[in-house]
Amino acid sequence: MIKVHYFARLRELTGKSEEFIDKDYMTVQQLLDWAEEKYPGFGKDMIHVAINEEYALKDDTIQTGDVCAFIPPVSGG
Amino acid sequence: MKPFEIVEEPIDIQKYADYVLHASAGAVTIFTGNVREWTHGVRTLYLSYEAYVPMAEKKMAEIGAEMEEKWPGIKVAIVHRIGELHISDIAVLIAVSSPHREAAYAANEYAIERIKEVVPIWKKEIWEDGEEWIGAQKKYPTKGRKLND
Repeated sequence: MIKVHYFARLRELTGKSEEFIDKDYMTVQQLLDWAEEKYPGFGKDMIHVAINEEYALKDDTIQTGDVCAFIPPVSGG
Repeated sequence: MKPFEIVEEPIDIQKYADYVLHASAGAVTIFTGNVREWTHGVRTLYLSYEAYVPMAEKKMAEIGAEMEEKWPGIKVAIVHRIGELHISDIAVLIAVSSPHREAAYAANEYAIERIKEVVPIWKKEIWEDGEEWIGAQKKYPTKGRKLND
């Protein structure tokens, strides 16, 4: 199982702040593709993914037990 | 208080100023980012901030470490408030102390630029006639792990 967090626009789009994906292994690109397919309008090209609270690249791998977060463009300050 | 933290209550400036002050500090700079009413002619009623709290605090601490490496001898505290913020409320505070003022000013400005690049905090502007999540649209990084290096 892989846990994912949704924030800001993505939390409103998906209607949830987190969910579990029943997979043991995915790349970041596969996770983004999964999200785009499940939630049309996700906008995967502008979204970073964090694995266990660290920014990841698209070919990084995600394994069961990892906690991921979709990070839309940040706007703190 | 923690030196790098996300809070939900109003930010007490003095608490962070006191934290960075010490006997060798000849300068303390305090930056506050405040909620402004008018942005490009559009009137904001209030802002709603949201954060990925553990990662945001970790990234702010990393920014603090970057600053201490660039400007040895400084001491830093960074706090960001989330939730519903109204006009003139403090959203972010950066306190930097240094033996001399040049480093305190420079490091403080560096911190706000880095916060806007890498700290997972999001702002929603609520206007009289609508609302929108704000964020600079940046393309996905193709090399390197830091977003803007």
